[in-house]
Amino acid sequence: MSSPTKAPVREISFAQAVNEALAEEMRRDELVFIIGEDVAEAGTPFKVLAGLSDEFGTDRVIDSPISEAGITGMCVGAAMTGMRPVVDIMFGDFLTLTMDQMVNQAAKIHYMSGGKLNVPMVMRTTLGATRRSAAQHSQSLHAWMSHIPGLKVIVPSTPYDAKGLLKSAIRDNNPVVFFEDKLSFPLKGPVPEGEYTIPLGVADVKREGTDITLAATSSMVDVALAAADKLAEIGISAEVVDPRTTIPLDRDAFIESAKKTSRAIVIDEGYEQYGTTAEIASVIADGAFYYLDAPVKRMGAMNVPIPFSPSLEDLTVPNAERVFEMAKVLCNRV
Amino acid sequence: MSNSPLAQLAGTDGVDREQWVQMYQQMAKIRAFEDQANQLYLSAKMPGLTHMYTGQEAVAVGVCEALRRDDYITSTHRGHGHCLAKGAEFKPMFAELLGKEAGYCRGKGGSMHIADQESGNLGANAIVGGSAGIATGAAMSAKMRGTDQVAVCFFGEGALGQGLFYEVMNMAQLWKLPVIYVCENNMYNEYTHYSETTAGELTARADAFGIVTREVDGQDARVVYLTMMELVERARKGEGPAFLLCNTYRYHGHHVGDINRTYYRSKEEEQEWKTNRDPIKNLGLWLIDQGIADQGLLDGITAQVEGEVKGAVEFALDAPYPAEEEVDLHVFAD
Repeated sequence: MSSPTKAPVREISFAQAVNEALAEEMRRDELVFIIGEDVAEAGTPFKVLAGLSDEFGTDRVIDSPISEAGITGMCVGAAMTGMRPVVDIMFGDFLTLTMDQMVNQAAKIHYMSGGKLNVPMVMRTTLGATRRSAAQHSQSLHAWMSHIPGLKVIVPSTPYDAKGLLKSAIRDNNPVVFFEDKLSFPLKGPVPEGEYTIPLGVADVKREGTDITLAATSSMVDVALAAADKLAEIGISAEVVDPRTTIPLDRDAFIESAKKTSRAIVIDEGYEQYGTTAEIASVIADGAFYYLDAPVKRMGAMNVPIPFSPSLEDLTVPNAERVFEMAKVLCNRV
Repeated sequence: MSNSPLAQLAGTDGVDREQWVQMYQQMAKIRAFEDQANQLYLSAKMPGLTHMYTGQEAVAVGVCEALRRDDYITSTHRGHGHCLAKGAEFKPMFAELLGKEAGYCRGKGGSMHIADQESGNLGANAIVGGSAGIATGAAMSAKMRGTDQVAVCFFGEGALGQGLFYEVMNMAQLWKLPVIYVCENNMYNEYTHYSETTAGELTARADAFGIVTREVDGQDARVVYLTMMELVERARKGEGPAFLLCNTYRYHGHHVGDINRTYYRSKEEEQEWKTNRDPIKNLGLWLIDQGIADQGLLDGITAQVEGEVKGAVEFALDAPYPAEEEVDLHVFAD
C-alpha cells in the first residue's frame, strides 16, 4: 500500500473516485475495458462513468444489450484469454441474472483447471436501499457473492477506499465483485491526487474507541459513525471497524478490536438472515470469546422484500438511532 | 462408395491426402480413448462417471483439424473428443479422469472439466450451454487484441434450451466476433428426444440473428472439415460468427451408467447408426476406395493408438493422487 500524503487533500465524490480509478487503470493498461448497459455516452444512469468513452472510445467503453448473463460470460472468456474486463451490472439486484457465470464459471475456473487458467475480471455493481426503488432495485446481495470460494468481494465505504480498492481489483488476477452504495455516489471525501492502491483484505478502523466495537460495511459505516457521535455524547467510546472487503476478510482486525472493547455490534445492509453480519459476528464470538462482556449483536436489513412505501422501507435498514439504542443496551446504559 | 458425391473430394479440393489420413488417426484416437475410459468405469477404477463421445468423432476432428493450435475451443460434459482433437495427450487426460496429480487439472477438474491452455482448450464445462459466454468472450478478446484467432463453442442440441446462447449470439453478430457455434445434434437431451424439447428448426435460432448457418452430416469428417475451413476463413477475415449444425449420434448412453435405454431409443436405431453411419469405418472405406490408404495402413493406425492408450492408462493408474496440501491451493490466483 502506498500512503496518501499528510497534507490537506482535495475532496471528490465517491462516483468521481470510481471514475478516476477506472480512468487511471485504463491509461496504465490497454487490456482493461468496460462493458455494460448504458456505460458509454450515458456514463450509466448514475453518471459514474461520465467522460470515459470520450477519452477511451466506445471500443473500450462498450455499450451492451440488456444481457447481464451474456456480458458476464463474455467477460469471463475475455479475461481467460488475456484481457482485463470490468463489467458493469447496473443494480445489484441483477446479479441474479449473472449467477451461473459468476458462481459456476468465473469462481471455479482457476481451481478446476489446477491453477492454469485465470479470470482477472471485475464486476462493478451496486447495493443499498432507501432510494424508494422497491424490491427489485434496492437489495444488497454481497453476502451471496461472499459465499462462493473463488470470488473476492469489495464493499467500500469512502471515496478514498473506493478508488484504492478498485485499482487493486483491476490488477488482481481473480474475479472480483465491487459493490458501490448508490446513496454514496454524491458524497465527498478526501482523495489524494496521484497514484495509490489499497490491498484487499485489510480492514480500516474508521474511528477509534474503547467501549464497544461497531463493525460496519459499506453504507453502514456512515451509520455507525453517526451512532458513535451520539454515543460519545453520553460517554460511550465506540470503535468503528470497516472490513472494506468481505473476501478476503480481515478477521484479526475484528477480533483485536473486540478484545479491546469487549462488546460488538455488526451492522450491514444485506439481509440479516445468513448474512455478512452472521459471518463477522461468528468471527468475533469465536476469536474474542473470553474477552466479551455481552453477546455479539447483529443488525442487518430486515428479512423482508424491500417495500416501496417510504414509511415501510425506512424500517428495514439499520439507522444511527437504532444502532445507538442497541449499543446503550450492550453497555448497560439503559 | 465411388458413386457418392463426396468421392470427388479427393484431389480436387486442395486437401492433402495426408490430411484425410491424419483425420482418420485422430478419430481412431478418440475411439480408443473412450473405449478405455468406459472400461475404467466398468472395472470401477474411475471415480464418478463420464460421458462417452463415441460415435461423434467426425465432428470434433472435422472441426479441430480446421483450426490452428492457438485458436480456442470450449467444450462440454461430453468433451474428451474435443480435447483430443484439439491436441490433448493421452497420459494427462487419463490421469485427470482418475483424479491424479499428473492430470491436466492436477486431478481437480475430472472428466467434465479438462482444460489445456497449451492447445487452446479453455475447458470442458458441466453446465449445459455454460461455455457459450466464454467462447464468445474469447472471440471478443481475440478481436480486441488484434489477433486473427477464432473461438469455437462446442455444444449439444440440448444447450439450445439455455437463454445464454441467445444473448451471446446476438452480440457475436452485432460485433462481428470470430466465434463459430458448433451444435452437435446427437438427438437426445440426456434421455429425451430433442423433438420433444425443441420448437422450430435448430438453425433458425442462429438465422434469427443473421448469423451464417450450415447444416452437415456430422458422421462425415470430410464435410465437417471442409465446411469448417470455409467458416474459419471468413471468421479470421473479420466477417463474423457462424453456426454449424452437425447431425450425429452418440453410441453410448447419456453417461456410462445409462445402460437400459430402450425407453427412449430403440436398439435397432443404435444398430443402424453403428453399422451404416460409423464415421471411422466410413472414412476408412473411402480412403481405401480412393487409394489414399490400404487396410494395412488403417489397421496399423488402430494398433498404434490402442497401444498408446494402453500405455497411458498404465501410467495414469500408477500415478499418485494429489497431496492433501493441494486441497486449498488454486482457490485464488496469485
